[in-house]
Amino acid sequence: MRRIISILMENEPGALSRVIGLFSQRGYNIDSLSVAPTEDSTLSRLTLTTYGDDLKIEQITKHLNKLIEVVKLVDLTEGAHIERELMLIKVKATGAQRAEVKRSVDIFRGQIVDVTSTVYTIQLTGASDKLDAFIGAIGEAQVLEVVRSGVSGIARGEKVLSL
Amino acid sequence: MEMLSGAEMVVRALQDEGVEYIFGYPGGSVLHIYDALFQQDKVNHILVRHEQAATHAADGYARATGKPGVVMVTSGPGATNAITGLATAFMDSIPMIVLSGQVRSDWIGDDAFQETDMIGVSRPVVKHSFMVRDAKDIPEIMKKAFYIATTGRPGPVLVDIPKDQTAPNVKNPYEYPKKVKMRSYAPVSRGHSGQIRKAVEELMKAKRPVIYAGGGVVQGEGSELLTQLAHRLNFPVTNTLMGLGCFPGTDKQNVGMLGMHGTYEANMTMHNSDVILAVGARLDDRVTNNVKKFCPGAKIIHIDIDPATISKNVMAHIPIVGPVHQVLEEMLAALDEHGGEPDQKALERWWEEIEGWRKIHGMRYEVNKDGPMKPQQVVEALYKATNGDAYVTSDVGQHQMFAAQYYKYDKPRRWINSGGLGTMGFGLPAAMGVQFAFPDATVACVTGEGSIQMNIQELSTCLQYGLPVKIININNQALGMVRQWQDMQYGGRHSQSYMESLPDFVALAEAYGHVGMKVTRFEDLQGAMDEAFALKDRLVFMDIYVDPTEHVYPMQIADGSMRDMWLSKTERT
Ligand SMILES: Cc1ncc(C[n+]2csc(CCOP(=O)(O)OP(=O)(O)O)c2C)c(N)n1
Ligand SMILES: [Mg+2]
Repeated sequence: MRRIISILMENEPGALSRVIGLFSQRGYNIDSLSVAPTEDSTLSRLTLTTYGDDLKIEQITKHLNKLIEVVKLVDLTEGAHIERELMLIKVKATGAQRAEVKRSVDIFRGQIVDVTSTVYTIQLTGASDKLDAFIGAIGEAQVLEVVRSGVSGIARGEKVLSL
Repeated sequence: MEMLSGAEMVVRALQDEGVEYIFGYPGGSVLHIYDALFQQDKVNHILVRHEQAATHAADGYARATGKPGVVMVTSGPGATNAITGLATAFMDSIPMIVLSGQVRSDWIGDDAFQETDMIGVSRPVVKHSFMVRDAKDIPEIMKKAFYIATTGRPGPVLVDIPKDQTAPNVKNPYEYPKKVKMRSYAPVSRGHSGQIRKAVEELMKAKRPVIYAGGGVVQGEGSELLTQLAHRLNFPVTNTLMGLGCFPGTDKQNVGMLGMHGTYEANMTMHNSDVILAVGARLDDRVTNNVKKFCPGAKIIHIDIDPATISKNVMAHIPIVGPVHQVLEEMLAALDEHGGEPDQKALERWWEEIEGWRKIHGMRYEVNKDGPMKPQQVVEALYKATNGDAYVTSDVGQHQMFAAQYYKYDKPRRWINSGGLGTMGFGLPAAMGVQFAFPDATVACVTGEGSIQMNIQELSTCLQYGLPVKIININNQALGMVRQWQDMQYGGRHSQSYMESLPDFVALAEAYGHVGMKVTRFEDLQGAMDEAFALKDRLVFMDIYVDPTEHVYPMQIADGSMRDMWLSKTERT
């Protein structure tokens, strides 16, 4: 099962490499990863997606919690949550394709953020599967370049991950 | 406030931590610190002959005393030589501080002379690591390093110190923090009371219980309480390789070590049990054999300080996360409160069954009438010569298993070996650490002719500091444990497990200024052993020739359950 693990950790050099190292050391996979400082500059928020059954995820979270720099963490997939990913994508836009691409962008509520006579650069946000679906709709043959930010997420309702 | 250089701060912090010994080896990047060490006399620096030995010596000191071992090495090769020792300590949860020099801050990343990314290289084998980025931080970093190494599940901590941060002309105010507060590190201080009561209920209902005690009981100072608990319940106790001594080896309730080379009765008791009280043990592959076939009828109560150890390999029915000492104390109180007794009738039947297993096998081996002596006989002679009261360190191989099986450890911290990593070369430097901690104690290093050559250079350190360690070299002229596997699984093809051109160990010992003894006949064994241990203030190297074809038994059959064992070369369960 796909999991989104969100980690609050000390914003210190070396902390990130410990988290990443743990995954390779213990044979776990990281599917996507995003990290940036929070409103409290001493803390970073790291969000990663991984796959595993309950047992494996329990092991992963226990080991993450053991890392000295990890302050708190939550498996967002355990409860209701909001998941977003940002994608910048360059697609071929010539001839009949040009209008076709534009229509898809509208349907997916994306934005064309840069244009040349042959290329559209599009920005799209949403859950990862929506971004996948957009690429599917455009057709991979049309795609020139894809950049994705990795998933970030937050719990719904009043639950917060903070100190 | 006092103004100190970074180097002086490092040394003062060691003083403030009450460190008696630091094991190390100098080099360019730590010269400022060595100079500061020179100008004081509270912290004694022990000069080893190889940095790996420094780590094992500090490790041996830590295992024998429960206090953290401290190491200092220079950058680059000095630091990388310490990696095996860090990994050894990490696997067995030993508190250790390694101070490594680093090139100047402004050279880091430039592939400077003797630069290694030590934080990176050591990452998977340390509990935590620090890089000193500003000399002002040294007191706080040192305090945190000791705190992290010694609390929770203990482990090694590395402090990497760039040379410029120790410069003698840059002084900063020094005050050693009294306390540390870390929002991201809070080791559990108590087990869950509800879980402890649930465990007690389960123990009361048990008909075929067993206590399975590991290294965590030794490390967590839980031996006395565990012994009390076992006596009070009259349950059988089995120890892991790391747990030997946490329950008296000569106690009649002790069914011996369990696992790959555990006793027949210990493995049978485990396999047939209905409740297992696992304390400070990790149910690792050397114990469980095939986890899918592990103790099919048993409910598992698992006490450990590390939540990640619980249900890692085998699901625990009643997990209890907490310090062994505190949990056992509360468990004893919960027993009082409960007021009940275990099912005596069932226990009686259970003990009858166990005694039956003991009779079937017990520990036994075949003696050669006229042929070479057996390694087991050597350990038995050692036991006699030391009245069962020595500190015994060991290396890794068959001799290690014989020392675990045939020496009965009645006290914790007496049996000192690399259980988790299985590091050949551990024995001699570890023995040095023990001897420094207890100068008047009898310290024996049980080793093999393979292992001893991995850190033999420390004979020189032993001479320098007058360490009267007794080296019991069980010389089977082979990498015996490798050879045994080749006999059992590779049709007897002894690929590279034979040691040709062994040195004359007696001459070698003498060349290093020690006493050497060679023993080849069983008739001479006990006499020679007694003679060696009578030489109280000399290191004696006993080179004892034994049967190269001997195997360690019992041995669990790979992929089977705990009760599937070879009992000798021809019998199996
Ligand atoms: C550093 C290291 N290298 C290799 C091994 C693999 N190994 C385990 S036991 C063993 C043989 C040890 O030989 P010896 O010290 O003579 O002991 P014996 O088994 O003969 O008693 C070897 C090579 C190891 N444990 N550690
Ligand atoms: Mg050998």
